[in-house]
Amino acid sequence: MARHWWKALAILLLLYVIIAGFTVKIPIIGTNGQSSRGLFFHVPMWICMYTMYTISLVNSLLYLSKYDLKKDVIASSAAGVGTFFGVLGFATGTLWATYTWGGTLTDDPKQMCTAIAILIYMAYLVLRISIHDLDKRARISAVFNIFAFALLIPLTYIIPRMVDSLHPGSATTPGFASKDTDGSMKLVLYPAFIGWTLLSVWIFTLVVRYRKLQLKNIFK
Amino acid sequence: MINRAFSFCLTMVLLFISVLASAQQQNTEKGPVNEFFRSNDKIYVIVGVLVIIFLGIVLFLINLDRKIGKLEEKDRNN
Repeated sequence: MARHWWKALAILLLLYVIIAGFTVKIPIIGTNGQSSRGLFFHVPMWICMYTMYTISLVNSLLYLSKYDLKKDVIASSAAGVGTFFGVLGFATGTLWATYTWGGTLTDDPKQMCTAIAILIYMAYLVLRISIHDLDKRARISAVFNIFAFALLIPLTYIIPRMVDSLHPGSATTPGFASKDTDGSMKLVLYPAFIGWTLLSVWIFTLVVRYRKLQLKNIFK
Repeated sequence: MINRAFSFCLTMVLLFISVLASAQQQNTEKGPVNEFFRSNDKIYVIVGVLVIIFLGIVLFLINLDRKIGKLEEKDRNN
């Protein structure tokens, strides 16, 4: 039971985030209204995605140095869970954009580049299915995964910050700096980051354990 | 195992029926809990909805975790 403490922490933090996220007093700015509360749920999805894709990248690199198939299982599981959270982040973002930007899919650079980045990772998952030989699949997809991560960071983090965008955190609308997030929101936002990330790690470990059981004849 | 699953399902169905039966008349009860849930444009009702959904997902994850743990145990003993 002692090694499950972080799962309990995740549940407690997320219960706090759900209750406080709806009840904490937030500044009402312009057309945002109460929808700024999306910050507590939409942004953590991306933190989860980045965490998962980083785990995936590290394990792909480890696979290419030792050719241990267990690393490949970890890398692909992390990429799958990361894509799941990426799609959730994208869906929540488009819903929010419909009522604040006035369009579900706009020509906003952050939205478009993120869609491309998620599609690249979906291509990774499809590529894996298309190769039947386990070692070949692991090697080719590990190389693809490294390129995918090398595209993820410029697409989702660098390009949207260089050009004008409606999304907070672009060249003209700086976001998440010490000056523009209200103190009461930070009290919920940081626990939200930790809680959601722990939940994504929990789901990821479940997927890895399941797939290791599935492939136990190969690992023995 | 099947017996336990069956009794669980039966309990759930009975609970659901009792909830349906009590939902027939409008809830106009007073009291601090009811007042709290009706305050602030009933936003706390939706907070409750999300808490229920989240707890459901958490229970599912805990269950899945334990099931995989049991399979791993079995695997280690073989």
